[in-house]
Amino acid sequence: MSKDIVAIIKENVIQGRKTKDDVGVDDGLAGTPGVVELVQQAVDSSISPQVIITGGLTAGMQVVGEKFSTKEYFIPDMLASAEAVGAAMDILKPIMESSNVEVKGKFAIATVKGDIHDIGKNIVVILLKGAGYEVHDLGIDVPTEKVIEFVKAEKPGYLGLSALLTTTMTEMGVVIKALEENKVRSSVKVLIGGAAVSDEFAQEIGADAYCIDAFAAVKVLDSYEQTN
Amino acid sequence: MPRKGILVNKPYERLTKEQVELIHQASMQILTDPGLISFNRGAVDIFHGHGAAVKSITGDHQSWQVKIPEQLVVTALDTAPETVKLGARNPDNTLIMHGDESRVYLITGSETNIWLDVNFLTYVNKADSTKEIKVPEFKPRRGTVDDLCQSAHVCEHLEMVDGYIRTVNIQDRDITEGNKDVNKFFASLNNNTKHFMSGLTSLKQLDNVVRMAELIAGGKKALEDNPIISFITCLVKSPLQFVEDTTDTFIEVCRRGLPIVVSSSPQAGTTAPIKEAGIMAQINAEVLAGITLGQLVKPGTPVLYGTVPVRARMDTLGDSYGSVETSQYNIDCVQMARFYRIPNYSTSGVCDSKIPGQQSSIERLFSDIVVTMSGPQFLHCAFGLLDCNSIFCLLQAVLDDAHFKMIEFFLGQPKIDQQELGAMLKQIQEVVATPQKLYISHIRPVLRSGEISGVYPFEGSGEADDVFELSYERMKELLARPVEHIDRETTTRIFEEIPGLLPRLNIYESRS
Repeated sequence: MSKDIVAIIKENVIQGRKTKDDVGVDDGLAGTPGVVELVQQAVDSSISPQVIITGGLTAGMQVVGEKFSTKEYFIPDMLASAEAVGAAMDILKPIMESSNVEVKGKFAIATVKGDIHDIGKNIVVILLKGAGYEVHDLGIDVPTEKVIEFVKAEKPGYLGLSALLTTTMTEMGVVIKALEENKVRSSVKVLIGGAAVSDEFAQEIGADAYCIDAFAAVKVLDSYEQTN
Repeated sequence: MPRKGILVNKPYERLTKEQVELIHQASMQILTDPGLISFNRGAVDIFHGHGAAVKSITGDHQSWQVKIPEQLVVTALDTAPETVKLGARNPDNTLIMHGDESRVYLITGSETNIWLDVNFLTYVNKADSTKEIKVPEFKPRRGTVDDLCQSAHVCEHLEMVDGYIRTVNIQDRDITEGNKDVNKFFASLNNNTKHFMSGLTSLKQLDNVVRMAELIAGGKKALEDNPIISFITCLVKSPLQFVEDTTDTFIEVCRRGLPIVVSSSPQAGTTAPIKEAGIMAQINAEVLAGITLGQLVKPGTPVLYGTVPVRARMDTLGDSYGSVETSQYNIDCVQMARFYRIPNYSTSGVCDSKIPGQQSSIERLFSDIVVTMSGPQFLHCAFGLLDCNSIFCLLQAVLDDAHFKMIEFFLGQPKIDQQELGAMLKQIQEVVATPQKLYISHIRPVLRSGEISGVYPFEGSGEADDVFELSYERMKELLARPVEHIDRETTTRIFEEIPGLLPRLNIYESRS
């Protein structure tokens, strides 16, 4: 039973079906349970979160990644799968925390002050949630003080800063300076991304990493997690 | 089911109704004064027999001035079919053309003397030997019957190609004027199941190629019902002259009732006035003269209003197919054919460039887009042709197919109705209420439905321009795919009945 439902969860992750209303890639799946319903069923059947994650969610995302790299899947497919996994993690996280199972790190992200562009930021949110991180989206046009406040209070291990415009990218440096001034710079890894910025700019302002796209953000965070 | 072609909902037109009417009237005047000079006695007799004024002209070559009265033209336009069917070995490849419907079928050709081979050379950066690039080297050579087989084979698999006009003149040592026609027809028909259109090198071969088509189609009646072949003749040489030999071919094809293109190809500046009004009045008169002759030979003969106008280059006085005016003339001609409700044979994609590259892409894409938008029924769009009409490159044909796929998508009908807008309003309301405000999840239901255009199929990785390499791979892949050859029994009968076929073209004999 457990093996069957975990395999079905994996298949639905591959299909990118968060709920029963989603159509997926193949025909004839609409109306059948999606990842959310299946994960709830698995939890109700006392299947451990680790089994669900390893055999269903992670295994499914691995196949999705392979399909993406061979150009069979496109970004909307990848995001649909990540959204399904993110929703599954919302169900599993409280159970894991209550049983002291180690979860992935906490990530906060903001589009910096003066900038309202958020497509890239939102994609990062979906993918990182799907990769199992606890994601806090601080929004757009976020004042530096609000970022500092959040870092101090919630102590995220990672902070993502996004900017599309050349006129707003300098705000990223302002945030990093403020982190230093508030003596919390060492507690958080700062990742930057957005059309205007570059690896060179990241070094210039003292960020820890530049992410060319949302996939790079997942890779960077995974590498930090492994080091930890 | 016929092929779907590209249905152009609202064809682009340059001329006003008044301008169309003025061109028509000017053409009618041209047909009576100065009329046409005919070097073909048969055509003169036919016109004279129907009341046209004919006057002998003395000179090195016997010729006659033929003044065609308007009423003859009007009657011919009445008997010329508005709908022309071009059949195919595979009935799914049938083309149905209505003179009043802007459904565009894309056709290859025409015949070039030069075949362009492609080879890739690797260049290494002198400063950094780890950096290398592959650059195509194009080598021209005379076309052969094997090349024609390859071209027909690849065009069978090119999705956007609706019909096949031979792309290469076969110049093997064992090809003569006497056997060229039968071999080019057989090589093309045996490697391609789409409609095949061709000109004739020798009128003596007409009955042989028609018999070959009858054997393939399943008999005389079957060929009438499913005309798998059709003909193109340039019976009019600009300005306003019926040519002796091609007019003979035209008359004989009309007598046999097979579909035929009346084609005229004036060059603005040399064989037609440089001004648009002038070339249009003349080319229209030339095509109407041909259509009238065809209908006098056999009323109801399926004809296409064929036009290949071009502007002269100012540096050489050669053809400038890449010129913008050439597209303007073509679009005007499409509109004139629509005025007469006769399916139009138009031209696009012929370029001045001698090799595939940026110039060829820009020149051909420009005319491909605008002329397709004008809605000709039969668009001879020069798949793979370069250097005007003198070079054929299979690699370029593969690139052209991809470009036409984009044009087809662009000309798709907008799907905007109450139901669709209702669904979109619901979607907008839902998404705006979410924290991320992204529509991405709504892409998936249409991602694989054909509603979203694909990326350019020859896009390279990173910043590399891999277009030639990737299209070359595609070309090899298409060549490796099998084609449905004519069956063994029919092939045997063709080789028994039709003289002059090269034994090496019989795949069953050469394999055994």
